[in-house]
Parts: sequence; structure tokens; C-alpha cells
Amino acid sequence: MARFRFGVSVMPRDGILDPQGRAVEAALPQLGADSVHDVRVGRRVELNVEATEEAHARALVERLAAELLANPLVERWHIERLEAGP
Amino acid sequence: MRVGVVVFPGSNCDRDALHAARLAGADAQLLWHAEPDLHGAEAVILPGGFAHGDYLRAGAIARFSPIMGVVREHAARGGLVLGICNGFQVLTEAGLLPGVLRRNTTLRFEHGWVRLSVERRDTPFTRGVPEGTTLRLPIAHGEGSYYLPDVQLDALEAAGQVLFRYAPPEGNPNGSLRDIAGVVDDGGRVCGLMPHPERASEQILGSDDGMLLLRSLVESAAWHEALVG
Repeated sequence: MARFRFGVSVMPRDGILDPQGRAVEAALPQLGADSVHDVRVGRRVELNVEATEEAHARALVERLAAELLANPLVERWHIERLEAGP
Repeated sequence: MRVGVVVFPGSNCDRDALHAARLAGADAQLLWHAEPDLHGAEAVILPGGFAHGDYLRAGAIARFSPIMGVVREHAARGGLVLGICNGFQVLTEAGLLPGVLRRNTTLRFEHGWVRLSVERRDTPFTRGVPEGTTLRLPIAHGEGSYYLPDVQLDALEAAGQVLFRYAPPEGNPNGSLRDIAGVVDDGGRVCGLMPHPERASEQILGSDDGMLLLRSLVESAAWHEALVG
């Protein structure tokens, strides 16, 4: 068995209102950053998977993303392989 | 008639729901989420709170609590399930109700009194609501903004699954699409709503309108039990 580390980035789907992003954006002028727009806030999950090969590990992460880490109705996700982590 | 109130780690309206169910005439008890057993409950209430800390998304982890398997079987048999606030969020995450409850579009945790129109009075949850009555119930949530893609919303409406809508004068507090405050599943046996009927169980609390729903639930469950045993 080998250990594979992945990062899963979960974002609100395009066109879905993102109140968190809007709240962050509303604070930016206080930083003099009023040239910044279209802020979207998501979440990031990193994890290790024990598997015999990367494809199996990735398929498992894909399932976790669809069933738990994201709600497919309102969120999309992107999975990337990371260097071995903790 | 037995009602089970599920207690997740982080539930905080479980005692209120227990109290209200007993006021409605039920033999009610608390059910710990880790034990996959309804102890003979004919109706199940998923109460408000912050199950599993609401980590990831409200209801996302509670959906995997051991008791949810038997709640799902109970619903599949036609058993009654009522999700209140966080319990509604759990039911949507579990796929027992359609839609998702997103962060309030107001960017705030919203709390206070709202009015609800009752769209149908032929469901087990609303059969005791007198015609023309709007309910006055409290809300307290940060993620209560009901969402479904438009096409699915149309189908939901056409199927008569929208049970409660926010009504004037307070109106829609959270940006829910089409003012939706509560829905039922396609069999009409599973219901979720964001407002708290159990917090409006006695006049001294400012309203006892919630008892119209809880008494409907208890009477319906007793009736169902007498019918199918």
C-alpha cells in the first residue's frame, strides 16, 4: 500500500449567490482595495489515502467529494494530487 | 402514541421538542444519534441546533449518524418524520427532502418572529390547522435560505410539496426562493421547516401556534398506527 495526498477545493457553483464572498468584498474598501471584485469563498480539504495505486485513491476522493465534502446542488469541486504531507 | 426526538451532539432544541410533543399528547422520548433504534417511535422529530457542530455544512455530517439509517427505513415505511431548523438541514443533506438550505442572503444570523402561510391542510403535519390561519412562529438560523434550481422548483410546486411560505408583514427573512419556509417529500410523510413550532408551544412564550403542527403530527401518527398497526 502507498499513501497518496490530495487537496479538494470546494467552491459555490457559478451563478449561485455567495453571501460569504459578498461579506468579504464589502470589507475590502476599508483596506483601500476597492478595485477587487467578484470575491467567492469556498473551502479546502486535504487528506491522505492508503491505496495500491493513485487511480483507486483518486476515485475514492471523488466519491467523498460528491457525497460529503461538497453538496453537488450548489457546489463544485476540484481535486489535485499533492506532495506527500503529514 | 410514541414520538422519538433525535439527539445529535450539538442539538439544542431537543428538550423543547420533547416538551412540546408531550404537551401534544405523545409518549415522547429522546433518542441518542449513535444508537440505530427508534424504540418503537411512530413519529420522529429531528430537532434544531448545530448537529456535529455544523462542520462542513449544516447537516452534512449528521446525515451519517447511525440513527439516520433507521430514520430512512422508517420514512420508507411511511412513518412520519419532522425536521425542525437544523433537522430540516439534516433531512435535505440526507436526501430525504429536496433542496438545500444555504447561508441567509442577508449575511446575518436571523432570529425573531415570522408568519407562515400554510399551503396545504391535507398533510399529516397540518391537518389540524384551521382554514385561513397563518402561523406565528419564531426563527433562529444562519443557513435557512431555501434553494433548488428553477426547473426542480417548478416541479416541487406542481407536486404540492411546498408546505409553508413566509408571509407578510414580516415576510421572507433569509432570501429563500419563492418564500419557501417548509416542504414535504413526495409521499407527504417527511416534512422540514426552518421556523420552530416547539418554541411556540404555550401562550406564555408569545404564541402557541406551533402546537397546531405538533398536535397534527401526534394525531396523524396515532391514526396511522391504528390503521396499519
